[in-house]
Parts: sequence; C-alpha cells; structure tokens
Amino acid sequence: MTAQGDLLHVVTLDRITDSRRAFGKLLIWGSAAVMFAMFFTLWLSVTGWIELQFETWRPALYAYVFWAICLCVAQVVLRGEQGKRVLFVLPAVLFVVAMVVFPLLFGLTIAFSDWNLASLDGRKFNGLDNIRQMWNDAFYWNALKNMVYYTLAILVEYAIAFGLALLLNSQIRARKFFRVAFLMPLMLSPVAVSWMVGKSMMEIRFGPLARLARELGWDSPSFFGSSEMARFTIMAMDAWTFIPFMMIMILAGLQAIPKELHEAARVDGAPAWRGFWEVTFPLMLPVSITAILIRIIFKLKLADIIINVTSGGPGGATDSVTSFIFREYRDRSNVGYGTLLAMVYLVLIVLAITVFMKAVDRWMNPRY
Amino acid sequence: MSDAQIFHDHPDDPAPRLGWWVGRIGVYGILIIWAIICLFPIYWTITTSFKLAPDVMQGNMVPWVDYTPQWRGWKSLGLSPDTIGQVSTVREEFLKRFWNSTVTALASSMLAVVLGSCAAYGLSRFRYKFGFMRNPDISFFFLSQLILPPVVLALPFLVLYKELALLDTRLGLILLYALTVLPIVIWIMRDQFSAIPVELEEAAMVDGLSIWGAFLTIILPIALPGMVAAFILSLVLTWNEYFFAALLTSTNAVTLPVMVASQTGSQGINWWSMAALSASAILPLIVIGIVLERYIIKGMASGAVK
Repeated sequence: MTAQGDLLHVVTLDRITDSRRAFGKLLIWGSAAVMFAMFFTLWLSVTGWIELQFETWRPALYAYVFWAICLCVAQVVLRGEQGKRVLFVLPAVLFVVAMVVFPLLFGLTIAFSDWNLASLDGRKFNGLDNIRQMWNDAFYWNALKNMVYYTLAILVEYAIAFGLALLLNSQIRARKFFRVAFLMPLMLSPVAVSWMVGKSMMEIRFGPLARLARELGWDSPSFFGSSEMARFTIMAMDAWTFIPFMMIMILAGLQAIPKELHEAARVDGAPAWRGFWEVTFPLMLPVSITAILIRIIFKLKLADIIINVTSGGPGGATDSVTSFIFREYRDRSNVGYGTLLAMVYLVLIVLAITVFMKAVDRWMNPRY
Repeated sequence: MSDAQIFHDHPDDPAPRLGWWVGRIGVYGILIIWAIICLFPIYWTITTSFKLAPDVMQGNMVPWVDYTPQWRGWKSLGLSPDTIGQVSTVREEFLKRFWNSTVTALASSMLAVVLGSCAAYGLSRFRYKFGFMRNPDISFFFLSQLILPPVVLALPFLVLYKELALLDTRLGLILLYALTVLPIVIWIMRDQFSAIPVELEEAAMVDGLSIWGAFLTIILPIALPGMVAAFILSLVLTWNEYFFAALLTSTNAVTLPVMVASQTGSQGINWWSMAALSASAILPLIVIGIVLERYIIKGMASGAVK
C-alpha cells in the first residue's frame, strides 16, 4: 500500500451545492445543539434547579445516538462520495469513543474521590488519599507480585503448546479428532471450569484428582493448602484452558512454513533436533511472539477462576489484581479506591507491554 | 522369472525400524494422554450429573458398569424426562438465565461483527484522516482496546450504568460485550479483507456499483468464512464472560456463568445438580466446538501468520 492515496481509487463527480453544504452543517450543529441542550437540562434537573420528570440520565444516551446518526448522515450530505467512505469507520469510532474514552475520563475523576455506593453521601473528592492508601496496601502489591508469577508461567505454557503443535503437525492419524479434543478446554467457561476442576475434581475426599494423588503416594492431597501449591493449581487450571489458544496459533505458523526448508535441512544431513532449532524455531519466532503477547494480554485479565475457586486465599496468595479489586468492591462497595487501583494497573500494563515490545523489536531487528 | 532380487535394502536399513516404532508409540502416547487431560473433566462433569451421593463418594467412574445412571441432577433442574412436563420454578429460572446468555452473546457478537467488518474494510481500502489520526493510528486505536483490562472499565461502568438505568439490563451487557470483542473482530477481518484483491471492487464499480454496493454484494460473500470465524470466536468469549456480568447484573439480566458461580458459593452443594448445571452451561459451546472447529481455528490462526 502506498503512503498516500486510497488503495481503491474512485473518481466521482460530486456536485455539492451551497444549500446542500449548509444543510449538512445544520445537521451536525443542530443535532449537537440538541444533545448539549439535553445534557444541560438533565444536569439542571439532577442538581434540582428545575423540576422535571427525568428519573435517570437515559435521555442523554438517546441524545448521543441521535447526534451520532446525524453526524453520519451529514458526512454523506457534506462530502458526497468521500463521505460514504468515512461511513465505514465512523460508526465503530463513535461506538468506541462512547464506550471507552468517555468512561475512562469519567473513571479518572472517580479515581481521586471517596465514593461509597452503599451510602447516600455521594462522591467526595479526596485528592491523593487513595494513592496514599494504595501505597500502604500490602495486598495490592502482593496481587501485583502474583501477576508477575502468573505471567512468567506463560513460558511453560508456551513450551507445552509448542510441543503439542509439533505433534499435531507431524504425520499422525486421527488428526481431526486430536485437534477437536485439544481445542475443547478453550470452549469451556472459566466459571464452569472452576467448579468442574477446582471444586469437584480437586475435592480432597472424593475428587478423582485427589484420589489419583493418593494413589501416587501423596497422603493428604490438598491443592489449595499452602500458598505455593494454591498458586500453582490456579496457574495449572488457567494454563489448561488457554494452552489450546497458543497451540492453534503456533500450529498455523508451522503449517505456513514451506516444506522445502525441512527437506533442504534433511538433505544437508541435519538431524531432526538441529533441524528444529536452526530452521523451525527461528522461523516461528514472529508467530511465537504474537501468540505470547496475546496470551499475556489475556493473562492480565485473569480473574474468573480465582474469584470462584479460592477467592484470593489463602491469605491473598492467589490474588490477581482483577480479583482483588473485585473483592475490594464487593466488600466495601467503594468505587473510588477500586478505580484508582485499576488505573494504576492500566498504567503499569501499558508501560510493561511497551517495554516488552520495544525489547522484542530490538532483539528481532538488531541495529549494528 | 528368477527369485533373485535386483534391488536390496542396505543391511543397515531395517535397524531404524525399532526407533521408528518407539517414536510412534511415544507420539501417540503423548497425544492420547493430553487428549485425556483435555476431555476427562468434561466426561467427569457429564457423568457426575447422573450420579447419586454414594456413587460420588465411592468414586465410581463408568456408567452402567460401576453404577446405574439416575436423573437426579437433571431432575433438580427440572429437565429430566419425568419432570419436563411439570411446572418447575427451577427450570423457569434456569431457562431465563440460559435465554439471557443466548441473547447477550448472539446480539453482542452480531453488533461487533457488523461494526468491526465495516471498520476493517474501510481501514484496508481507504486513507483516512481524523484530525491528527491517520490509518495506522486508527488501527492502533481499535486494537489497543485489547490491552485494556476489564477491571479498569468495570467500576466507571457500574456508576454510569446506574445513572443511565442500564444496570441489570441485557442492553447494557450487549453494548459492553460488543466493545470487548470488537478489537478481535477488527483484527481478524482486517486480515481477511487485505487478502481480497482490489481488482474485484474495481470491476464491480466499472459495472456501475457504488462503494457500498460493491462491499455488500461482492466483498462480503467472499469474506463470509472470516466473518463466521470472527463471530464464533466472539460468541465463545461473550458466552463465557463472567466478570462484567457478575458486577453489572443482579436479578433480571443474570447470565448463565453468574448463575453457576452463585450456586458454587453456597454451602453443602449437591454434586449432581452442580454437575448438571455446569454441563448445561458448557454443552452449547462443546457442540459449537465440534461442529464449527474449522472456523474457530481459522479465526485464531488469521493474524498469527503474517
């Protein structure tokens, strides 16, 4: 694709008259005026300046949708053919702006306040108190530390996924059966998994896994007794659901490698092991990095299993940041503090991912 | 005809045979062990839903050999053959949750696929300039949503939805779920569209179609497998979503995962009814996984190989 100019170049004859242009502008500004008027009225009625029958802010939503539609229509009116192209992207942009950018900005304002949803006081701005509280909150730092452990476990998952993908890519029978079977854990809901595996199969008395562990000579199998063991169990359960995901990405990468390269390596007399390390693995690096990056992103959201199996215990040893904030809200229904913790988490994630990507980039394309 | 062989195997050749067999057994051994690891929990859940308390305690595994299957678990959901005709409040409850899950998952996936396909098509064909944002910036703007952990949005949404009266409604969940899967859809579809040659649309336009006409009648049918892949992947993610549903719903719009989770929390759980509940929560996706496995793999594979 060239740096400028559309890939799909269209020449059209658009005669946009002055009245049409004026109509388009009127549409945009008129609907925007309606939207702001609606916001203002609602604000007045909520703060009690005027008596109106508005129970909620719901009309503001309708006003935004109305404005968005008018904006889209006005694009075509104002710019003709060019406007129709904008219509491809504009709805998605408006949707994301309304659903992400606005709540994020709103979140920033609640992050610096004390807001207990259960009490009737409403929002109280409390400056940097939340940050001070976070600084002294050992459980939060512990949750962050756990996230580092959980993220490091991805390397093991990656190794297993790579091995399975290699096996699936080799000459085997019943490949479709194995592919479907290996894919299954990904389809299961983490909540169901946390009952199926975490609560019933690992049940100390009757669970099949506990029985198996006793057979193997572990006298009193408790999968959530010590903090290390509990953390390991959570890692294993999460790995179980997500290994198929990495496996399939790596498998797709393996299938894209031309067969000639392996043949060439074999003709040159390379044993299978060297053929893997010096041909397959380097060729798989880009795919591997994409797979690991996406896996990291999913891992950072890890919460469902923890909330449902251990709810952070024993003593916060298995807490992820998400599950910690979830409990923090459930226990104290304080929106302000939880939001601040989440915002700090977001900043840390963005920093870490940027550093990771820069490091990978430097490593893949070294500058001599 | 003489029996003399002209071409002989080299005397060293049969030797690797043994190694080959060991290798085969090793490969299939690992494959079968992993298949058991993947499938056993599902088998366990489905069989447990037909067990009684003594069967659970004795650790009986194989139906009809170790124990006789009973409909106890499904009866507690009101879904066993003898209770299906009767009025059952539990079944009403369950079906309501099931319906909530179905509606939210289908609607949000539809919304995400429609918005995402249009955006991905636009980004793969035209140059945009929104203020300082150009095409790579807009793509990054969409894809960067992936990094955003749900917990960052959760509490602001809780407050906003309360003000907008969207708390505990299906519409609220649909909008939010569509947002969470949108970047994945755009990622998959951008790949699909850039693989389709532009000449197709050029030919269509020479024949008198407009841009949108060409997109709807020529390009979409070609990109349909990719769209199905994106749709199925979104469906899996939204059907299983728990975190937002747990925070934002309380009575009306509760989805199946929340119902399962609320049952696990209660003390003295009946294994058979929990197993029946879990099994019914995972069965739809297991069926989808078996039938549409091709599309799921296609969806996850696209974008990986570039």
